Amino acid sequence: MTGKGEILPLRASEDVVIVRQRVRALAAQEGLKLVDQTKIVTAASELARNTVIYGRDGTALLEAVEAGGRRGVRLTFEDRGPGIADLQLAMKDGYTTGGGLGLGLSGSKRLCNEFEIESKVGVGTRVTITRWR
Amino acid sequence: MSVLQQVLANKEAEVLSAWIAEQASDRTLQKGGSKSDALKEQSAELLGALREGVQQGNGEDIQAPGWTRTREILTDISAHLIKRGLTPAEVATFVFSLKRPLFQLVQTATAKTPEVLANELWTTNQLLDRLGLFITEVALESREKTISRQQTEMLELSTPVVKLWDGILALPLIGTLDSERTQIVMENLLQEIVRTGAGLAIIDITGVPTVDTLVAQHLLKTVAAARLMGAECIISGIRPQIASTIVHLGVDLGDVSTKATLADAFAVALRKLHLMVARMPHSGTSTE
Repeated sequence: MTGKGEILPLRASEDVVIVRQRVRALAAQEGLKLVDQTKIVTAASELARNTVIYGRDGTALLEAVEAGGRRGVRLTFEDRGPGIADLQLAMKDGYTTGGGLGLGLSGSKRLCNEFEIESKVGVGTRVTITRWR
Repeated sequence: MSVLQQVLANKEAEVLSAWIAEQASDRTLQKGGSKSDALKEQSAELLGALREGVQQGNGEDIQAPGWTRTREILTDISAHLIKRGLTPAEVATFVFSLKRPLFQLVQTATAKTPEVLANELWTTNQLLDRLGLFITEVALESREKTISRQQTEMLELSTPVVKLWDGILALPLIGTLDSERTQIVMENLLQEIVRTGAGLAIIDITGVPTVDTLVAQHLLKTVAAARLMGAECIISGIRPQIASTIVHLGVDLGDVSTKATLADAFAVALRKLHLMVARMPHSGTSTE
């Protein structure tokens, strides 16, 4: 069900710009509508920035996926940062430890069809999102 | 007199023609214009300078005064090749392409004395390696200079505050709003508000491809700061897909007034200043 993927590094804020551009290109190629393209690009921007700010040695995996006749874009953000101790709290609107609006994680979830987050303190965090056509 | 000195002094023309042939057959250097007269001339000049440098006897220390002319010519050549789109590593191949012709002539001259040959090849090789490293460094430096110049230009170009009417400013934002640029945008706008005493500022985000929470936060902060200075902001250029995304993200634009287009925002601003746009009388006969 997975197509060929592309792995991009996430170490500096410039990398976030590149991730946005690559995600936009992939979403357009997979035939997502403009609104859906914008949504997944925005979610990618949030998660990529989180990875850069909080994580360490982060990467973004971009994949074109197909399931049950549907096509879509799946993104996986992975880092080896400190991890998130309380996922429930982190997912709450307005909660931030970095001075942002505190809407990055919860907002990204609302922008996608599927959202999965795994985190282990001291090991790292992985967020996977999918947007179907 | 070293063999390299002799070769450069007596067989300069031979070295040059072999080198130019070498350059012409190299695909990287073809991109750099190796078949053009400009590069041939520079090659000849460089060989001349090299001959003088070797004669001064400064050996391999290419920072020595005897190599000043060589360094100047290499700097010119580097600029020329970078302009033709070569990377710093490719620029170095220009110097390295001199190895084969030079080695061959050194070899011919010392064919009967192998121990001298090894020695001479080593010195020649070291000299050319140093010159290759030098030209790479120069090329890298000039590329870094270009990049930092472009960054500075972008910072300035992308943040113009324009006056639409007495008391109405507009700030058309374009591209990625990373934090460094946003800071400048914000300061520019606040300064212009003070300078012109404008009471209304339109921030147009038509040219901003992605509005995420960071961009939204910057916009909200700018609006709040402008408000503290007594100016009201209108955010325009909110396209349907951006509006939908902002809602899903959960960003609360609160009491900031927003409009779909800059024209709509301008109309609102005029109304707030109790101004109206009217058709001129007799406009039926004139298009002006």
